[in-house]
Amino acid sequence: MNDTNGKAPGARQASRRQFLIDMAKTACTVGLMGTGLGLYAKQAKALPPLAIRPPGALLEADFQGACIRCGLCVRDCPYNILELAKPEHDVATGTPYFVARNLPCEMCEDIPCVKACPTGALDHQLTDINKSKMGLAVLIDHETCLNFLGLRCDVCYRVCPVIDKAITLEMAPNLRTGKHTMFLPTVHSDHCTGCGKCEKSCVLEEAAIKVLPAKLAKGKLGYHYRLGWEEKTKAGKSLVAPDVEHQYTLPEGYKYEQGRGLIPGSSGESVAPGTQPGIPKALQGDKL
Amino acid sequence: MREAKKIGAEALAEKGWLTSHKWLILRRISQLVTLALFLVGPLAGLWIVKGNLAYSLTLNTLPLADPYVLLQSLLAGHIPEKMALIGVVIVLAFYFLVGGRVYCSWVCPVNMITDAAAWLRGRINIKGGAHISRKLRYWVLAMTLVLAAVTGTIAWELINPVSMLHRGLIFSIGMTWVIILAVFLLDLFVSANAWCGHVCPVGAFYSLLGKWSPLRVSAAQREACNDCMDCYAVCPEPQVIKPALKGAKQDIGPVILSPNCTNCGRCIDVCSKDVFHFGLRSAK
Repeated sequence: MNDTNGKAPGARQASRRQFLIDMAKTACTVGLMGTGLGLYAKQAKALPPLAIRPPGALLEADFQGACIRCGLCVRDCPYNILELAKPEHDVATGTPYFVARNLPCEMCEDIPCVKACPTGALDHQLTDINKSKMGLAVLIDHETCLNFLGLRCDVCYRVCPVIDKAITLEMAPNLRTGKHTMFLPTVHSDHCTGCGKCEKSCVLEEAAIKVLPAKLAKGKLGYHYRLGWEEKTKAGKSLVAPDVEHQYTLPEGYKYEQGRGLIPGSSGESVAPGTQPGIPKALQGDKL
Repeated sequence: MREAKKIGAEALAEKGWLTSHKWLILRRISQLVTLALFLVGPLAGLWIVKGNLAYSLTLNTLPLADPYVLLQSLLAGHIPEKMALIGVVIVLAFYFLVGGRVYCSWVCPVNMITDAAAWLRGRINIKGGAHISRKLRYWVLAMTLVLAAVTGTIAWELINPVSMLHRGLIFSIGMTWVIILAVFLLDLFVSANAWCGHVCPVGAFYSLLGKWSPLRVSAAQREACNDCMDCYAVCPEPQVIKPALKGAKQDIGPVILSPNCTNCGRCIDVCSKDVFHFGLRSAK
């Protein structure tokens, strides 16, 4: 390309022309390559929902600019849970991940994977494993979860490393039997680390509880939403309008109080005129 | 093909097999030992080196990091932690001194693949092929850097055969062999030395890094040259030889100054007249 020196002007003209053509060819080839690779890189940013990054991983968009795919986190994981994505995987080539249903994070207290990361793609600010947010467990299928069917499986609750904080069992009446209690595993996002032990241990063929990326799992209140009862507590009074005392229609000689129910032996404003003495059966023990 | 035309036949006759393959053998040893150091960890549990060519930790103390990958990461908007930075400085200093493309010919595992393709190409006598500009690699390099900045990811690492092969060998190969086969076939059928000498942005990066490196091949005894052309035939970057070897009249020094020279030393091996030597760029 540079051998034009000392040649006839005509030849130089021709080779300049050739140079420009070659240049355009190269630029187009590389432009095409770049466009293809750019689109692929964009696709590769979409982490499949079941692939979980190691603890402390930056948000996916940042992670792929920070992770140099050296695999030191993989090497330093004492439980060999992490894997570097192969080209045929749906995860960006060479980046570390795990699938909770296969092997969940064991939540080592010293977090060796984070310490091993040379770039900070796994954020070194994370020093307490209980504060990690690898994802968020979601009891995704209420139709097959054994506890939702009224049984006492409880396995996800029992294996949770942050038991009673990240997963609690909430009691609810079993309307099918009419006399039992259902113990519903309930995940609390402020404590769940997304380790995936619950998903791994779910006894079903396909787990009813799954760890999902937080952005898929979490809802978000409108920024202008205020919870009235919280605002009321904060302000010490109702902020909307003065609370009006509720008027009840009650049997004669009874009072009604929230929580206590009917209280006999006192007469107030809430006495219904013309009612017979004695409490109607339907209202006995009423706690409404 | 007559035996007399075989590359390096004269050198073989004159210097013996060992001397006429000295640098090739040393280079293969270097490549294999490097790979072995990475492999004894996962295979034998002997953790001398952990990681791969992107970043490694030797004996749990010495960090080494690939400056090209880190540059892309930086352009993608991430400032790395201390260990990666120390590793980058060490690697930059090393290749700055010994020649950037020493990485290509003495360390990179793809070199063995493309050398095999080049050997087979000569063996089954495939001539010619597509014309690819040797400057293409710099365009590709620029493209990867722009992409890193635009996408905010280390995009090239999604398809980089160099890191894929090394990672694949050390961690798990998966479908990586398809990409490596593609590189092999490209070099075999499409164009000689197509990947390492024309396309690979890693090589382009290391070329630039070694632009001023002091360790060079010098055609110190160029007056002894008998124009057998073996050095051109064996060199993966033959364009780098001519100025040094034939530049006496134009007052060009005998040192090969082109940063594309990989310091592989094959020209030293195949020259029956011992024209070439490793030396310093300052040597006259």
